[in-house]
Amino acid sequence: MTVRRIVAGAFLAVLLAASFGSLVFPRLSYSVQNREFLDAAPSAHFPLGTDELGRDRLARLLYASRFSLLFAAAASLGSLVLAALLGGLAGYWGGWVDRCLVRAIDLMLSLPWLFLLLAARALLPLNASPVTSLLVTYALLALLGWASPARVVRAGVRSFRDSEFVLQARAEGLSEARILWRQVLPNLRPILLAQFWTAIPVFILTEANLGFLGLSAGEPFPTWGSLLRELQSPLFVRPEAFAPVAAITLSVCCFRLMSPKGRLHI
Amino acid sequence: MPVWFIRIARHAAALAVTVILGGILTAALVRNSPGFTADERLLDPRLDAQSRALIQSEHAADRDVFRFYIRHVGAMLRGDWGVSQSLDAPIRDLVRSRLPVTAEIMAIGLVGGWILAFGFALAAVCFRGWSRVGGSLSVVLLSVPSAALAVLIFTTRGPTRAIIALILFPRLFDYLRNLLTDAYARPHIVTARAKGVGPARILAFHVLPVCAPQLLALAGVSASMAFGAAIPVETLCDLPGIGQLAWKAAVARDLPVLVSLTMLITLLTQACNVVSDWAGSGLKGARA
Repeated sequence: MTVRRIVAGAFLAVLLAASFGSLVFPRLSYSVQNREFLDAAPSAHFPLGTDELGRDRLARLLYASRFSLLFAAAASLGSLVLAALLGGLAGYWGGWVDRCLVRAIDLMLSLPWLFLLLAARALLPLNASPVTSLLVTYALLALLGWASPARVVRAGVRSFRDSEFVLQARAEGLSEARILWRQVLPNLRPILLAQFWTAIPVFILTEANLGFLGLSAGEPFPTWGSLLRELQSPLFVRPEAFAPVAAITLSVCCFRLMSPKGRLHI
Repeated sequence: MPVWFIRIARHAAALAVTVILGGILTAALVRNSPGFTADERLLDPRLDAQSRALIQSEHAADRDVFRFYIRHVGAMLRGDWGVSQSLDAPIRDLVRSRLPVTAEIMAIGLVGGWILAFGFALAAVCFRGWSRVGGSLSVVLLSVPSAALAVLIFTTRGPTRAIIALILFPRLFDYLRNLLTDAYARPHIVTARAKGVGPARILAFHVLPVCAPQLLALAGVSASMAFGAAIPVETLCDLPGIGQLAWKAAVARDLPVLVSLTMLITLLTQACNVVSDWAGSGLKGARA
C-alpha cells in the first residue's frame, strides 16, 4: 500500500469518524434553528457560522458527511450486486441471455441518465419525508448505475468461464452454482472491489449535482448535495458556505486515489 | 444489397430502438413515481372541489403509461410534440427556442475542453513534468461537482460559457493522454523521431492518423457528457437552454416535456455516437 493511499484512507476514516461527532457532542444538531444567530459569521460557538435559518453549518456538514458517505457506499454496493448478478449471468451463460443482457447494458449506457434521474426524482410526493427522499435518491442511483460495472463483470466472468481451473472443477463434477460461488466469485473479487471504489465518487458527485438542483434529500435532512443548494444564489453566499464543496472534493479525490484507477493516473 | 446500406440500416434500427426504449423507460419511471398524481396547484387553498377534480383529471389520461407513450410518440412523428403543462406552451416551440442556446454553450465547451485536454495530453507525453501537472489538475477538476465548479467560476466572474470546457477537460484528458502515449510508443513513430522528423510532422502525419478512430469515438461520447453538464450550468447561470428546461420540467412534474426531452437527448447523443462510429470505421476501412 502506497503512502498516498494510506493518507487518502486516513482522511476518509477521520472524516467518517468526525461525522459521528454528534454522538459525543449532543449539542451538534442539524435541525435546531438558532433564531438569534441567523446567517451568522464564523465564531467560537459556530466555527462555520450559521445558515439563513440559524442552523449550525458545521453540525450540518458533519451529518451530511455521514449520510453521503454511508449512502453512497450503500448505493455502490447495491449497484454492484445488480452488476454482479446480471453481468455474471450474461458472462457465464452466454447465448441469448448474454445477447439480451448486453443489449440492455448498451441501452442503459446510452441513456442520458442525469435526465432520467431528474425525471424520476422530481416526481416524489410533495409531502415525502426527508428519509424517503434520501432513500429514493440513492436507490435510483443504484438502479441506474449498474450497467457500467456489469460490462466489466461480464468480461471477467467470460474470461474465467473457459479457464483451466473452471474446466477442472467441472470435470470433477462440481455443480454450476458451486463453480460460480467457489471458483468464479473469489476470482472476481479484485474486479468487484475496483468497481465498488470507482462507483462511490461517481454517486457522491451525482447526488451533489442533484442536491444543487434541489432534487436530493428533503429539508431539513442534510447531505452534501442538499448543502450545495445554498450556493444557488452565488452572489449572496458567504465563503464558509463552500465548506461542503471542499469536503466533497477532498473525499472524491481520496476515493479516486484509493481506487486502482486513481493509482494508475497520478 | 451493398454493405454500406446494410450498415446504415443496422445503425438506424439500433438508433430507433434505443430512442423508443429510452422514452418508454422515462415514461415508466415517471409514471410509477409515487408522487405522479400530486400537483402543486392542488395546494392552493382558493380552489374549490370542482377545480381540484378538473386538475386531477388532467393526469387521468396519462395513467396508462403505454397508452400515453404510444399517443405521445405518434403525435411527435406527426410534428406535434404536445403542450407543456407547466409553461403552457407547445413543447416544439420551447425546444426550438432553447436549442440554439444549449448548442452554443455546448459548442464552446466541446471546443474548449478538447483544446485544453489535447494540449495538456500532448504536453504530458512530450514532457514528463506536464504529466503530473495535467494529472493533478484532472483529478482535482474531476472531484469537484459540476454545479460547484459552475458556482466557483460564476462568483469569481470567470467566463461562464467556458464552464463546460472545464467540466469536460478531466474526462477527456485521461483518455487522450493514454491514447497519445500508446501512439508515440509505436515502432514506426519511434523510428520517425529517431530519424529527426519534426514534432509537428510526426503529430500530423503519424500520430493523428493512428489515433483518429478513437478520437472520433471520444468526440461522440464527449457530446453526451456536455449535455449532462449543461443542466447545472444553465440552471445556475439562468441560460434559457434545454438543460434549464429539463430542470424546470422536473421541478414542475411536467411529464410530456420530460419524455420529449429525454427522447430528444437520447436521439442526439446516439446520433453523435453513430456519426463518430461511421467516421471511425470509414477511416479504418480507408487505411486497410
